[in-house]
Amino acid sequence: MTKKKTRAEDAAKIVFHVEDLTKTYQMGEVQVHALRGANMELYEGEMVVLLGPSGSGKSTLLNILGGLDTATSGLVVYRDKNLTKANEQELTEYRRFHVGFVFQFYNLISSLTARENVAVVTEISKNPMSPDDALELVGLTERMDHFPAQLSGGEQQRVAIARAISKNPQVLLCDEPTGALDSETGIVVLEALERINRELGTATAIITHNVDIAGMSDRVIHLSNGVISEVSINKTKKSPGELHW
Amino acid sequence: MKTLDRKLWRDLWHMKGQVFAITLVIMSGVATFVMFITTMDSLEYTRTKFYRDYNFADAFVHLRRAPESLIEKIKDIEGIRQAETRVVAQVKLDISGFNEPVNARVISIPDGGTPLLNGIYIRRGSLPDPAKDNEVVISENFAQAHNLNIGDQFAAIISGKWKKMTICGIALSPEFVLMMKPEAMSPDFKRYGVLWMNRKALSEAYDMDGAFNSVVLTLQPQARLSDVLRAIDNVVGKYGGFGAYGRKDQISHRLLSEEFKQLKTSSKIFPSIFIFVSAFLLNVVMSRTINTQREQIAALKAFGFGNYDIGVHYAKLVVLIITAGLISGIGCGIWFGHILGDIYMAVYRFPYLVYILKPWVIIAAVFVSVFSALAGTLHTLWRAAKQPPAEAMRPEPPAQFRVSLIEKIGLGRKITQPSKIIMRNIERKPIRTLLSIIGISLACGTMIASGFFKDAVDYMIKVQFVLSQKEDMSVSFFDLTSRRAIYELQQIDGVQYVETYRIVPVKFINGHRSYKTVIKGMDPDSRLQFLLDTNLNRVTLPSSGLMLTDHLAKILKVRPGDKLTIEVLEGSRATREVTVVALVKQYLGVTGYMDLSSLNRLMKTGDSVSGAYLVTDKNKQEKLFLDFIKTPRVSGTVVRANEITNFYEIQAKGMLFFTFIATLMACFISFGVVYNNARIAFSERSRELSSLRVLGYTRGEISYILLGELALITFIAIPVGFVLGYWLCAYLAYALASDLFRVPLTISSKTFSMAALVVLVSASVSGLIVRHKLDHLDLVEVLKTRE
Repeated sequence: MTKKKTRAEDAAKIVFHVEDLTKTYQMGEVQVHALRGANMELYEGEMVVLLGPSGSGKSTLLNILGGLDTATSGLVVYRDKNLTKANEQELTEYRRFHVGFVFQFYNLISSLTARENVAVVTEISKNPMSPDDALELVGLTERMDHFPAQLSGGEQQRVAIARAISKNPQVLLCDEPTGALDSETGIVVLEALERINRELGTATAIITHNVDIAGMSDRVIHLSNGVISEVSINKTKKSPGELHW
Repeated sequence: MKTLDRKLWRDLWHMKGQVFAITLVIMSGVATFVMFITTMDSLEYTRTKFYRDYNFADAFVHLRRAPESLIEKIKDIEGIRQAETRVVAQVKLDISGFNEPVNARVISIPDGGTPLLNGIYIRRGSLPDPAKDNEVVISENFAQAHNLNIGDQFAAIISGKWKKMTICGIALSPEFVLMMKPEAMSPDFKRYGVLWMNRKALSEAYDMDGAFNSVVLTLQPQARLSDVLRAIDNVVGKYGGFGAYGRKDQISHRLLSEEFKQLKTSSKIFPSIFIFVSAFLLNVVMSRTINTQREQIAALKAFGFGNYDIGVHYAKLVVLIITAGLISGIGCGIWFGHILGDIYMAVYRFPYLVYILKPWVIIAAVFVSVFSALAGTLHTLWRAAKQPPAEAMRPEPPAQFRVSLIEKIGLGRKITQPSKIIMRNIERKPIRTLLSIIGISLACGTMIASGFFKDAVDYMIKVQFVLSQKEDMSVSFFDLTSRRAIYELQQIDGVQYVETYRIVPVKFINGHRSYKTVIKGMDPDSRLQFLLDTNLNRVTLPSSGLMLTDHLAKILKVRPGDKLTIEVLEGSRATREVTVVALVKQYLGVTGYMDLSSLNRLMKTGDSVSGAYLVTDKNKQEKLFLDFIKTPRVSGTVVRANEITNFYEIQAKGMLFFTFIATLMACFISFGVVYNNARIAFSERSRELSSLRVLGYTRGEISYILLGELALITFIAIPVGFVLGYWLCAYLAYALASDLFRVPLTISSKTFSMAALVVLVSASVSGLIVRHKLDHLDLVEVLKTRE
């Protein structure tokens, strides 16, 4: 009973609603079923870790949520917007104004400084924070005028996070954000993500195959073989500083 | 290595767009190279073979009339191997259906046999029957111009006597490979022909029984031409000799040599430009192409392939990429060479054209292409290979960037991030940017150099036939005539205005330099003929002294104020001294000019003229032609409008064809370069651009970053290309100057615009292709792959 009531209360606060989502790729002559009917929801302000081995469909799910890919069947609703029916232009607009992306390999523009890498996004957003504020949030005030080549991997990833959150997105999607980093640096990056989630209340979904990272989330969504096999709620969230792998 | 080879073909297929563009560039370079060089080799070889097979004479002498017995004396001259006498007559022809005076040179051949020297190649029909006195062999281009065939008849007016002739053969001769009236500006196959008749028949008609007026000779191998010529002049002097001369002054040979010289120069310059431009581009394109394979190279090394294996693998790839270009280039070059050869054959009459493809041409084309491609590759390969594989497979460290100059000087404040990306990219790799600019501007410059020829021909015609000449037609007389002929001409119905001129064949001598040409005596107040300076301003003819074409002054090394010796090549063959008073700018021919009265005084011949310029009533031109055919004194007429047509149709045709080919090839090069530039930029930048797409940038916005950079480079390259093109043209004009014509350095704005347009269109098409690719970027892929 109580659980149902919580759901009803939260209904208004749902960021993503995913229903019976399937995705089939044609890889040459082979059909790959990346998603075979996934169902999930993401709520405002929460931090979720999507956990699963490679090939489990977690990246596909994130890509569809991020408007980078389209589903074969099923439903993805962002707020009151049906993403499954969105056309190319609507998806671009959706990515432009609503989603923040953090990539495994940072994907910074090497010809722009840290500040400019953030500005590249704020210039095209509706209600952005200033690049300086965004960089301050990730603790890079000192290194704002450095080019990517002059930054360490962890610093580059924090610039990427600043870039992602600078548009004040509703949701932050992170694809293996610590995948290319050592654990010490990875933790600094996770701390930045945690701070954003806590201070700005941005709903955050992190993809990882690193079980330890799951400890810092509100909920952990386990994927295997293209379906969501288990959803667990963390009763006691750890701070990134307590994590190690 | 089997699997690697399979990879090779798949890589090739994957790069098909680029391979196609590279193929275009190499094909264009190689085709132009092969076309020019083989055409030149073929023409030269054919000429040598024709001269040898048909015994072309080494020396020539014309005289008024000498008894046949004189030949023995000539044969006794030391150094002469063979000598043959002939009768040569200038005649007028009356061809039904063609109502203009036609001139012909009739040459005797031994009765019932072929000449010993200057043999004739019978294309159709046969030699004249010795039993008949009315059979003639006619030159092939004359026959073609009038559509004359074996058995056709026409009338010849020989020594004022009208004689009906029947064509028995159509022939070619090494003496008339390029047939042109000595005083004409361009060949005219309709109005000037060569006929061969039996000696007996011609001698009777021309009153030369038992006599001759022309001798052709060959020399002993060790004989000195100048000694022999002097000796001949001594022997024939009292028989009215006009001065013996060697092959180099024989008109067909001289024109041919000049044309060949020019062709040879173009066949050095043009293919060099093309092959080096394409080699340079190949080098740049290859190094960038290989650079995009960096990670694959690392992977191969990680599998245990050595640097050598990898080097061989990529060398194979490069050779395969350029093979298509080489094969199609050589193929097209041979094909174009045949077409160009055929075009020249319409002007130069050889019995056949032996197409020569020397192995070195192909070897050179292959070597230059392969070498430049491999050179571009090796450097990049070496850089990729010397890296430890692990390092190459790790995400490549972000490239080093700096704040661009424009931003540093304070202009960067209002620049958006995408514009900053463009500027910093351009500034970060200045050498690459420079190479791109040079590549595109070379393509642009090559286009200009190709279009330049048409401009030059148009300009020459404008200056020569429009600005310098105003008459409707000119008439020439058989013999020197009193200036009073002017009144006779004025009486003719249809003639509105008459001015006379005199042509004196001379040899200009300055020390050891000499040149055979003519002095033209003109009315100083002429309303029909103008001498122009470089700025196209009229130059007044001084009342005394000589004016020379600037090019002739250069040949003779004389300047205004210098004295020049003139050997008159007619009449008494006097030698005179005259002062050069001024130079005149002329693009066609090399001539001396004098005031008519002053020239007559110098020649001591009284008031004589050799022809007249006429302004005529357009409606009465036909009637005038008929009048002139009947006037015994008039040897021929030249209509100015025909000269212009002839110049375009005959002389300029070959030039305009290779201009067309060169322009086409330049277009290909231009497209190949711009497209490759765009395509490689796309490969290098696709990851960055996809990231921006993921961040919410629209297709248009990311296209701006890539295409904006290309557009900027293109816009910088075009003016640079204009400058390069101008330099190329200046060099061509300098290198192609010959006695026949000097190429004026004039480039029309149309040529500039055309070059810019081709570059812009190539850029736009390339841009569209790249835009299409940008629209289909796989955004998911970018998140997985590093580089």
